[in-house]
Amino acid sequence: MIERTKIILIACAATFAVLSSSIGGINPYYYDILIGCGISIILAVGLNLVNGYTGQFSLGHAGFMAVGAYLASAMSLGIIIPYFEAPIWMPSAEALASDPSATLAWWEYILKATGLICGWLINALFWIHNSIVPLGAALPGWAKFLFALLYGGGIAALAGLTVGVPSLRLKGDYLAIVTLGFNEIIKVIIQNAEPVGASRGLGGMDQQTNFFWAFSFAALAVYVIWNIVHSTYGRGFLAVRDDEIAAEAMGINTTKYKVLAFVLAAFFAGIAGGLYAHFKQFIHPEGFNFMKSVDIVVMVILGGMGSMVGVCFAAVLLTVLPEILRWVAKIESLPQWAREIAENRMIIYSLILIILMLARPQGLFAGWIKKKPRSA
Amino acid sequence: MKRSTFLATVLALSISAYAQDEIIVGEFASLTGGSASFGQSSHKGTQLAIDELNAAGGLLGKKLRLITEDDQSLAGQPATIVRKLITQDKAIAILGEVASSKSLEAAPICQQSKIPMISPASTNPKVTEVGDYIFRICFIDPFQGTVMSKFALEKGYKKIALLTDVKQDYSVGLSEFFVKHYAANGGSIVKDQKYSTGDKDFKAQLTSIKTTKPDAIFVPGYYGEVALIAKQAKQLGIKAPLLGGDGWVGDSLLKVAGNSLDGSFFSSHFSSEDKTTAVQDFVAKYKAKYGQAPDDMGALGYDSAMILADAIKRAGTTESAKLREAIAATKDYKGITGAITLDEKRNASKSAVIMTIENAGYKFLQTVAP
Amino acid sequence: MSPQTIEFIQQLINGLSLGAIYALIALGYTMVFGVLRFINFAHGDLYMVGSFAGWMLFAAPEDESKTGVWASLSRSFAAIPPGMTKVLLALMLAMMICAALGILIEWLCYRPLRQRPRITVLITAIGVSLFLESFGQYIWGAAPKSFPTLIEDTAIEIPESWGSIASLTLLKGQIITFCTTLGLLAALTFIVLKTKIGMAMRALALNQTACSLVGVNVNFVVAFTFGLGSALAGAAGILTSIQQPSIDPLMGILPGLKAFVAAVLGGIGNLAGAVLGAFLLGIVETMVVGYISPTYRDAVAFAVLIFILLLRPSGLLGKNIREKV
Repeated sequence: MIERTKIILIACAATFAVLSSSIGGINPYYYDILIGCGISIILAVGLNLVNGYTGQFSLGHAGFMAVGAYLASAMSLGIIIPYFEAPIWMPSAEALASDPSATLAWWEYILKATGLICGWLINALFWIHNSIVPLGAALPGWAKFLFALLYGGGIAALAGLTVGVPSLRLKGDYLAIVTLGFNEIIKVIIQNAEPVGASRGLGGMDQQTNFFWAFSFAALAVYVIWNIVHSTYGRGFLAVRDDEIAAEAMGINTTKYKVLAFVLAAFFAGIAGGLYAHFKQFIHPEGFNFMKSVDIVVMVILGGMGSMVGVCFAAVLLTVLPEILRWVAKIESLPQWAREIAENRMIIYSLILIILMLARPQGLFAGWIKKKPRSA
Repeated sequence: MKRSTFLATVLALSISAYAQDEIIVGEFASLTGGSASFGQSSHKGTQLAIDELNAAGGLLGKKLRLITEDDQSLAGQPATIVRKLITQDKAIAILGEVASSKSLEAAPICQQSKIPMISPASTNPKVTEVGDYIFRICFIDPFQGTVMSKFALEKGYKKIALLTDVKQDYSVGLSEFFVKHYAANGGSIVKDQKYSTGDKDFKAQLTSIKTTKPDAIFVPGYYGEVALIAKQAKQLGIKAPLLGGDGWVGDSLLKVAGNSLDGSFFSSHFSSEDKTTAVQDFVAKYKAKYGQAPDDMGALGYDSAMILADAIKRAGTTESAKLREAIAATKDYKGITGAITLDEKRNASKSAVIMTIENAGYKFLQTVAP
Repeated sequence: MSPQTIEFIQQLINGLSLGAIYALIALGYTMVFGVLRFINFAHGDLYMVGSFAGWMLFAAPEDESKTGVWASLSRSFAAIPPGMTKVLLALMLAMMICAALGILIEWLCYRPLRQRPRITVLITAIGVSLFLESFGQYIWGAAPKSFPTLIEDTAIEIPESWGSIASLTLLKGQIITFCTTLGLLAALTFIVLKTKIGMAMRALALNQTACSLVGVNVNFVVAFTFGLGSALAGAAGILTSIQQPSIDPLMGILPGLKAFVAAVLGGIGNLAGAVLGAFLLGIVETMVVGYISPTYRDAVAFAVLIFILLLRPSGLLGKNIREKV
């Protein structure tokens, strides 16, 4: 068994090496889809750790992707964020001087004080960013890119921590809506963040993502998460999923596992965001909305929550599917209604979701490729 | 490596060959999803133009074939489908998109593959800055913002309140350049309020605008929200007229707003009330085909295809470098949306019209030269 | 009164009227959750369907030559002069259509999943929501439609002699929505507390198995609850469209989420709580827009949700229930 795994691994590595050196020459359209598959795998595998293995339900994965995409881009573009001068959200001294009727009431003083403290805290975060950017700028080409990716992933992981810790008290539907809310909040913040283009979007990154980077990180994500979950330590994730109370009674620190799942998933989502930004060369806050999160959730569900191979397969399938539907919609021999339905991808997606839940809630590919021991 | 074999089969299936006696024009638009209402309009205009050209015998002795791909209003899609249109379908030129954020994603790819791209309605100045293969036929934000600011000053409006749509770069850009000109010429902005596409309730913003008693309110948004803003402003007893841009023109604007937009002004590309035969013809044909009056996106979509056709005729070939030259040399093309000249920055310089609304109907007011 | 005070009172009115709309949707959410313990994600889209039902029935087809039962029906409905009768008729029809659709959805998608984990049902609900949105875009198109006038939404005249209060604006649509919300709250409370089916609903919320053991027709009660909740969404759709007569297939997403926040804020499962939460959310949102920054409007709603879930997960009026092992 061990020998076979080794052979497979070596074969994969060899194929990978050959592919990454030669694949740049293929049709750019296919190449685009291929990179898209790699990024989808990273996203889906990461979310699978939270939604599949740990049994939580996050609906805000695109938010972490946004954090990674924007910060990695800010790093490679060398964007420095200007500090807030006045406490935010309050009238400036000039405005007050010109309009004497705008004197402050007691509650306005409280607001002002809160604004001041918030302003300092946010400025502190900006300071950290601003002092890391010059470090990255000093690095040579590929190292700078890697640094930008890791920086984006790292901050996304921090965001994951801030989401993960408070949402520990919640589960199921509540957690889903709260993560959705975080996604929405992140989007609104970016929409108002002038240094990264606000609602105009951010462009101008070099196209540094290639087959090698995308699939190296995809392989890394699969490797790390597979090994964590299948280690003795990682059995804790499954325990949390199967019966949280029993797990706690067994002495498993459920809090730690849930937070770890969130942080790891967010890290990989951040990396995926960075790869995405440096491939498409343009990012926009609307690109990381609720629908994007749903896309990733569908990948995990279709693949079968908690099935690594299934999820990878589903990620590839759902990245290629729109292109297949595009092709189907152009077949003139098909009846008009079929072509129109094929053009409306969301109708098909939603029907897949409903039918899958009714007929095969464990996912399309779960238990299909490899039988895994499952607890009752 | 199951993945790659699977992928290969799928992709092999999708290889399709088109006959060489056709000129392939690629178009990408948001036909479904959040911004579908604009994408559908511009696509209808483009399709109308292509059908018309074909009915007249095509170009260079060949029929035109429009291949439209839907980007589902999703980020990430434009890059993929423009790559498809260029490498798979061998499109000689790309038309699209309305939203600047989508055009900005596609532009670098068109530039790298040296395929001309004409955007019908992306107003963000950055779009054409991507490279010399990227064109647009609409005004850019600085021009339109300045036009409305000049108009407001002429009208003697001293105090203006802003109501900007923060989700639309179009609206943000227009506000920015309006303020730049207006404030530099002695006007004062008394309130800077904001909303987001999809909002339905604007009473909070309008109430806080009302207390500043502006002479007019500048609302550079799209018709869906503008109609509701106008209605709610009237309900709250705001008498100040609204000012706006080309985003106002839409099928449901006056139906929803009723009389509440009377006395308001907006700048636009063309007036469907325009009595010239070309415009009337276009409006009639559009209505006959789609059963609704064209909005600006429809007219711009139509013009984008027509300008491309004009350039192909002049170039006498579809070879990309020559075609690019021909598009860049477009001068005084009499389009539905005015006489279009492409300047050295590949932006359209054309006149705007200022329209007013009376008794729930549009009325042409004046033409402003660039 | 100073202009600032007048502005503040006007914002309060705006907030209450926004809250009344959220309240109507939140009532349906809370109803279904109270009995079935699951979030019907598609509830916001049923609200959209309610609006479109009104549009389909009351807007005469633009194409004069169009014939058929539907066209003549909508023509005769459109001919009714605007007024309260038209509003009531529209309300009733939209509520019936939405109730039927709600029961159908429950029967097709949720009933087979009743014994499955809640996540499975939640995912199905997301699927239903996406389906209604994309299917709506497919059949009605994505461009906003203008909703027919059911009643002239004019301001109530306040006599000048009342002084500065006269500059306040109070709209008919706002008053209708506000009164309907309170009326429906009373009616629902009556149904839940005083009728036999209400007793069955409360029993079902406590223990489904025990319910069927003592002879309660579980399927019927669940379908009834769903129908009632969906009818409320339909009513919200019509009443909102009177005030905001521009409708589109994606209009249900944000109000749906906001109403959910409102329901959680008030204590999900608690009818009065949903209304209270909705009014609070409406006021907070309006005040943030009017006095702080409109761009953070949506973020504020979610921030409220996160805070309430962290500080008091059972909501303002909800009972704190410990999880049983």
